[in-house]
Amino acid sequence: MSLPAPQEVADRPLVGLLAVQGAVERHRDMLEAVGARVREIRQPAHLDGLDGLVLPGGESTTMALLLDRCGIRQPLQDALADGLPTFGTCAGMILLAREILDGRGDQWSFETVDVSVRRNGYGRQSASFETSLVVDGLDGGPFPGVFIRAPLIEAHGPAVRPLATLDGVPVLCEQGPFLLAAFHPELSGDLRLHARWVASLDRPTERLVVPEPTGAE
Amino acid sequence: MSDHSTTQASGGSGSDDGARTGTDLVKRGLAEMLSGGVIMDVVDAEQARVAEDAGAVAVMALERVPADIRADGGVARMSDPEMIEGIQATVTIPVMAKARIGHFAEAQILAALDVDYIDESEVLTPADEAHHIDKWAFTVPFVCGATNLGEALRRISEGAALIRSKGEAGTGNIVEAVRHLRSIRGDIRKLTQADAAEQFEWAKRLSAPLPLVQEVASTGRLPVPLFCAGGIATPADAALVMQLGAEAVFVGSGIFKSDDPARRAAAIVEATTNYADASILAKVSRGLGSAMDGIEIDSLDTRLSDRGW
Repeated sequence: MSLPAPQEVADRPLVGLLAVQGAVERHRDMLEAVGARVREIRQPAHLDGLDGLVLPGGESTTMALLLDRCGIRQPLQDALADGLPTFGTCAGMILLAREILDGRGDQWSFETVDVSVRRNGYGRQSASFETSLVVDGLDGGPFPGVFIRAPLIEAHGPAVRPLATLDGVPVLCEQGPFLLAAFHPELSGDLRLHARWVASLDRPTERLVVPEPTGAE
Repeated sequence: MSDHSTTQASGGSGSDDGARTGTDLVKRGLAEMLSGGVIMDVVDAEQARVAEDAGAVAVMALERVPADIRADGGVARMSDPEMIEGIQATVTIPVMAKARIGHFAEAQILAALDVDYIDESEVLTPADEAHHIDKWAFTVPFVCGATNLGEALRRISEGAALIRSKGEAGTGNIVEAVRHLRSIRGDIRKLTQADAAEQFEWAKRLSAPLPLVQEVASTGRLPVPLFCAGGIATPADAALVMQLGAEAVFVGSGIFKSDDPARRAAAIVEATTNYADASILAKVSRGLGSAMDGIEIDSLDTRLSDRGW
């Protein structure tokens, strides 16, 4: 597997990692291994100047409460509305979903991606599992899927493109700049999904630093 | 990268189409998901609701909180399944429950109830004075207490997927948890400096399996997450143990033995997230009412942390 070529530190994409609760350290290890700079997000000021954002696994109810209490909910909602590229895994997927089934009655989400997810849709911990996934366009063979009290995508809109499925149900999908995984690539030891996502972050930054119109309107 | 690598069959290019449950990665993975969170002891569904509303990442179902077990005396056992089911029906977060040390039949019952984690706990009265439960035999993951690195590695060798400090439960006194965390983390730091020959001696001195000692020496961390339990009563206590290297905290008697449990629980949750930000800690520590009554360790008749071998 090839990693991005070494770059000057300042040229490396800056990824915000939501750190109010959850498997933060695992994501940081993976993101740094594929050449990103990582900033933990606990306050609104931490959101400035990001090239991408990761919403990690954890307990979605706890994360939602803390986003409210730490005052980051609205700034994050605004960043998502601006199209900040965002990778949500497990609880992160729940936070981005349009609809949450089997959540707490008062559980909110950013409603960014047109999916309907059932919390713990695969069952309690005794039903948590590992399996191999075939990911669309990913070289190097199947990807290890680690599903832990995972959310189940029960329905999705036409703008959502499934990238991997399990028993016909999408477990990895994208909608514009948003990538969702029901499983935990950060636990798998396999860097390929993180590498591909971080590599994709270069594009918007390049667009921003080369603003001169070249006639092609 | 992954500290699971030595004990985990490498994932990936599997030709198996089936899903594998109860693997090391899946068991330890749930503990990873609880990182940066607070797990709260609850004795009924109503307390479980308060805990979830306050932002708990999981609840620990038990019959009596440690402070009451200490006060009441007698034999402390696994909770009534009806109470555990009531809690499972009330909250959406993971539900843990305690089994007595060595009481594998209690553990089998808890597994049949489909709890998310079993705590083989010194807070309950031990059922076996020589043997802990063979935790590899279960699909459900186990957490165990430890006072030092050797004890932690022995529990991991028996299949524990998460280690917590024992502290001294039910005292509201953080001193023992600090001792245990410092001992575990300090010995890990020293072990990383040991050469190959010295690692044999470490294994002997810790009474721990050599492969686990070698793994810790090379990775600089336990093969499973390390949480803190035992004596946490205030937001500052949570911040202290997080800064000492705990990845999450268990709060037992500290919440529901205080004046204003909902408020204190929420404050400890916020302190655990912002454990290194003193201005936020100052804000959330204000006006919480009285913490639980604390107990001086030297005045104890029974030290729960001495249980386990």
